[in-house]
Amino acid sequence: MFDRILEVLPEIGVAMGQTLTMLLVAIPLAVLLGTPLGVLLYTIGPNGLKHRPKLHRVLDGLVNLLRSFPFLILLIAIIPVTRFIVGTTIGTAAVIVPLTLNAIPYFARFVEQNLSQLGGGVVEAARSMGASRSQIVRDVLIVEAKPGLVSSITIMTVSFISYSAMAGLVGGGGIGDFAIRYGYYRYETPLMITAIVLMILLVTIVQLGGSYVARRLDKRL
Amino acid sequence: MIEIQNVSTSFASAAGPFTAVDDVSLHIRRGTIQGIIGFSGAGKSTLLRNINLLERPTSGRVLVDGVDLVTLSDAELRTKRHDIGMIFQHFNLLNNLTAQENVELSLKFAGVGKAERRRRAAETLEIVDLADKAGTYPAKLSGGQKQRVAIARALATGPKVLLCDEPTSAVDPRTTSSVLQYLADVNAEFGITIVVVTHEMNVIKAIADNVAVMEEGRVVEQFDLAELQRPGFHPATSIGRYLVSDEIQLDRSGRGAHTTAASEGLINV
Repeated sequence: MFDRILEVLPEIGVAMGQTLTMLLVAIPLAVLLGTPLGVLLYTIGPNGLKHRPKLHRVLDGLVNLLRSFPFLILLIAIIPVTRFIVGTTIGTAAVIVPLTLNAIPYFARFVEQNLSQLGGGVVEAARSMGASRSQIVRDVLIVEAKPGLVSSITIMTVSFISYSAMAGLVGGGGIGDFAIRYGYYRYETPLMITAIVLMILLVTIVQLGGSYVARRLDKRL
Repeated sequence: MIEIQNVSTSFASAAGPFTAVDDVSLHIRRGTIQGIIGFSGAGKSTLLRNINLLERPTSGRVLVDGVDLVTLSDAELRTKRHDIGMIFQHFNLLNNLTAQENVELSLKFAGVGKAERRRRAAETLEIVDLADKAGTYPAKLSGGQKQRVAIARALATGPKVLLCDEPTSAVDPRTTSSVLQYLADVNAEFGITIVVVTHEMNVIKAIADNVAVMEEGRVVEQFDLAELQRPGFHPATSIGRYLVSDEIQLDRSGRGAHTTAASEGLINV
């Protein structure tokens, strides 16, 4: 059994590398693009700094629409978009596009939720100090929401470790795909368990790291 | 210093428009401490927010230092707000910033450079005797200390007016007098005009030069606090008399709550 694991060890290494690549590209991109979207959703929302009911309804609907797609279907449905962006429809790069597209509205919701939980007091204080809307977002809301946002990134990363397992469908690889191919299709249960243990390790590390950073940033206690 | 002219403020509510401030005119002289007292829902906090336009009046004019704020553009209003500090019942400090960083924030919004911000924030913390707490986060400060940081934050930009919304309602009685003492000192030392909204008459008695009594959105009575010392002085309105008496009166016969509620028109007997 161990011989077999050793035999495919290089492949496991490659698979782990692919999973990490997917996460390391998709998650930062989602944070980078989802944050402004989430801020906008909050800002033009009913309790935001500048309520714009119509625009809010459109954006809100768009986010719901993207979030409604089962990941597997999104993966297939946006193949033309994927080809346009990365020039190929198979491989790790091709999976990153739907992963990111799924993660952006996901994270935007997290941002929106984190901001709306802050309460109006600090915003009112900032307005009384003559802050502009962008200053309120940058110097007040984001500052106060930071620990919550780090927790949200952690939750999202863990979810996407699981999503990335579907990458195999378009030849994206990854450790989840490895577990499915060797364990599920070829009945090599020890290999499947090995892959799952690695995923558990990955999730644990992400969760512990995320919780640690969030705790360090949170000055409420 | 502050001239409130025929200010009304209404909000849309499910039951139709609700008038929080109803045709209020009030003149607040430079360097004085003006109290505004009334029960919850009397409109006093809305009136206070009308002064820096956190709440824009539906009609009327608000002049601060001769400038009608209602006519200003957004950018002009933001600049003007650096001259009008404000503190709140629940302090409204940023939890993730230290005392020093909280004070620097108002300077940052005023466009003050980093080195200058640091220097002036330290100076202002000195005024409220919290220089030793500069690096402390709000969670590690007492209620009184938090309010003093908030006072420092409001003072850092060198305002001419300080608006105080129930500044002592969330702190214990001993802390109340300490917070009020700092406000009185700030008024005496820097000549800052202060407006204090509160439902506590003892706060008004301790710190105000003049008081406006509010009920149902209107200023129903105004008097000079020195008047209180004059023998034979009685507030003209029943709410004024009630507030001045500052006593809790109970009926201990057992039907008290029922009859009190009935006399206030809260329930039909």
